Amino acid sequence: MQTAPRMTPGRRAYVEVPADPQQTRNRILQAIAVAFIVAYPFLDLLFGWQALLAFIPMMLMITLALGLNIVVGYAGLLDLGYAAFYAIGAYAAAFFTSPNSPLARVLPGSPFAWMQDFWVAMIMAVLVSGFAGALLGAPTLRLRGDYLALVTLGFGEIVPRLIKNLEPWTKGVKGMNPIGRPYLFGCQFGVDPCEILGMKLKLGMIPYYYLTLVIGAISIFAIIRLRNSRLGRAWAAIRDDEIAAQGMGINPVTTKLWAFSLGASFSGATGAIFGAYLQTISPDQFEYSTSVIVLCMVILGGTGNIWGVMLGGLLIQSFDRIFAERLTGWIHKAGALTGDPTITAAFNSFDLLKSRLLVFGLCLVLIMNLRPQGILPNRKRRETALTDLPEEDLVPEESVLIAGADVPTEKPR
Amino acid sequence: MTASNDSSDVVLDVTGLTKRFGGLIAVDSVDFQVRRRQIVSLIGPNGAGKTTFFNMVAGQYEPSAGRVIFNGKALHGLRPHQITARGIGRTFQNIRLFTNETLLENVLVGMHSRLKSGPFASLLRLPSQRREENEAREKGMALLHLVRLDRYANEAAGNLPYGMQRRLEMARALASEPQLLLLDEPTAGMNPQETVNMIALIRRVRDAFGVAVLLIEHDMQVVMGLSERVTVLNYGQKIAEGTPLDVQRNDNVIEAYLGRRHKRPEDEAADGGTH
Ligand SMILES: Nc1ncnc2c1ncn2[C@@H]1O[C@H](COP(=O)(O)OP(=O)(O)OP(=O)(O)O)[C@@H](O)[C@H]1O
Ligand SMILES: [Mg+2]
Repeated sequence: MQTAPRMTPGRRAYVEVPADPQQTRNRILQAIAVAFIVAYPFLDLLFGWQALLAFIPMMLMITLALGLNIVVGYAGLLDLGYAAFYAIGAYAAAFFTSPNSPLARVLPGSPFAWMQDFWVAMIMAVLVSGFAGALLGAPTLRLRGDYLALVTLGFGEIVPRLIKNLEPWTKGVKGMNPIGRPYLFGCQFGVDPCEILGMKLKLGMIPYYYLTLVIGAISIFAIIRLRNSRLGRAWAAIRDDEIAAQGMGINPVTTKLWAFSLGASFSGATGAIFGAYLQTISPDQFEYSTSVIVLCMVILGGTGNIWGVMLGGLLIQSFDRIFAERLTGWIHKAGALTGDPTITAAFNSFDLLKSRLLVFGLCLVLIMNLRPQGILPNRKRRETALTDLPEEDLVPEESVLIAGADVPTEKPR
Repeated sequence: MTASNDSSDVVLDVTGLTKRFGGLIAVDSVDFQVRRRQIVSLIGPNGAGKTTFFNMVAGQYEPSAGRVIFNGKALHGLRPHQITARGIGRTFQNIRLFTNETLLENVLVGMHSRLKSGPFASLLRLPSQRREENEAREKGMALLHLVRLDRYANEAAGNLPYGMQRRLEMARALASEPQLLLLDEPTAGMNPQETVNMIALIRRVRDAFGVAVLLIEHDMQVVMGLSERVTVLNYGQKIAEGTPLDVQRNDNVIEAYLGRRHKRPEDEAADGGTH
């Protein structure tokens, strides 16, 4: 192979990125948000909000949405069956750790007994989900947009059905339970009292909260790094214009395969924690509606922008797990206040939780009409035109192009 | 002309290249050569098959017949991304930038085949990945400076006006370190001043990078001012080839562009004399 022309490093001045004034404001907002989230379990105890148990699955769902955003937002592939990978992750972890799993008959006492540990199982879940993503992607990623969406839809239907029917391994519709709990610093998650440094503490579900938080934070870091890497740019290129991307040397099949596989692997860790937290998993938790809600979270906040995805996730999840119930309660109370039995009955028939899918649907229709890029779009379009340099500056001066100055030069062959 | 017969001097060697779309023969057994550091123009009326020819060289279309040899190796059966990695860079007639990405990101995408870091190196920010990324950014900024767009490095490419988008596309193509640059109508839609600047840019790019440039053009000022060789296609067939001056005087070319009825009287006389 011929060696590619070499570049000598150019003028450093051009590498400096102009400071964005909005960034400082964003930093401050981010710091406040992070402080609140980290302190939340104690604030919850202090003020008696009693929402900790809602927050844990909420953060898990948001992490799930971040994983799906790699596929849908970054690579531009519509995946309607993402919950399938979530299921695969959860069942993979349950397989290793549940006393009811077929593995529980062979692992104890064998040289592989260490695999029954939750942490090992979680890593296995990540690998298995990522592998499942590649497995589904390999034969299907040559399909164009709509067809791919149909295949993922089918996959999302098949996986829960398989779980239902493979009873000897998965316990079918009954689901698997109990599931191995994480164990760290002498503390079995969710089992009180915890003994840390000789102190007996009643922590309740707080360890799960922090586990979820840490996994979510790792996901955010990983996703930001991926987005700003060679692979992340290739995803964006494929999404914007596949033909041009190919012309720039990007292999569309492997690039999409990475998106599918990495996106799926995030749901592996999430699935494992979800199972351990609930202590029971069953196929109906991974039905189509789960895929759709996660997809709504991605689209509502702003496809491709992780802060948007988190915001969308927060809005949908907090409605789903906190506000729907409380709002319904308030409506019922308001009905009772009128004292009129017919009005009270009418108000009592309101149940936002039952009509949650209707509410999401309405929100999506509204968003798509008012702000199709989501609440926080990926990149802002500017209104004012960009102007070119003055005429005399446009022609590159010799010095720029003199061999080796700051542009590549041909190497003698 | 200084054309030598040394075959190692030929960077692109096309023989009998043909493309059929159903009954239509868009490119019809075209033979064609480009030498190192040469600037060659491909001209012809609308629908002559110029873009189709490019698409076959770049691997976008599979030829119906014929072969393309680049740097002594056949490109047969290679996917477009593999051809880019071999050293052919291109721009598109109807500008295909990644409009949501910044200018710098566009150029970095162009470098894709010259960078190596995989997802795990990027996740762990390995020193090799960081070094590669820093070098790529420096080089990307140098390329943006070359086309005079460095001050908009962090702007979304879709926000650029037309002429600047063409320059960005050129920088993006150069980022793949090509030995052959395919430019599909690089001055289309530009005003006269922008066109003059583009001509200067193309020539300087050839001089500094040592690339061979094959361009499709309709603007005769560009063709005549820039190219060392010109090839003319009409209805998919090569009807003339030579220096810009040769081609300008060629009867077939005049006929293809103007039609038989518009021929000058002296040509009419010449026709009668030779045929
Ligand atoms: N993908 C395709 N399928 C069918 N026909 C095609 C396709 N691409 C090009 N053609 C036809 O092939 C012929 C040559 O088209 P091509 O785009 O190569 O012309 P061109 O010389 O680039 O013209 P222009 O100067 O207008 O860009 C045209 O008749 C066109 O309609
Ligand atoms: Mg064309």
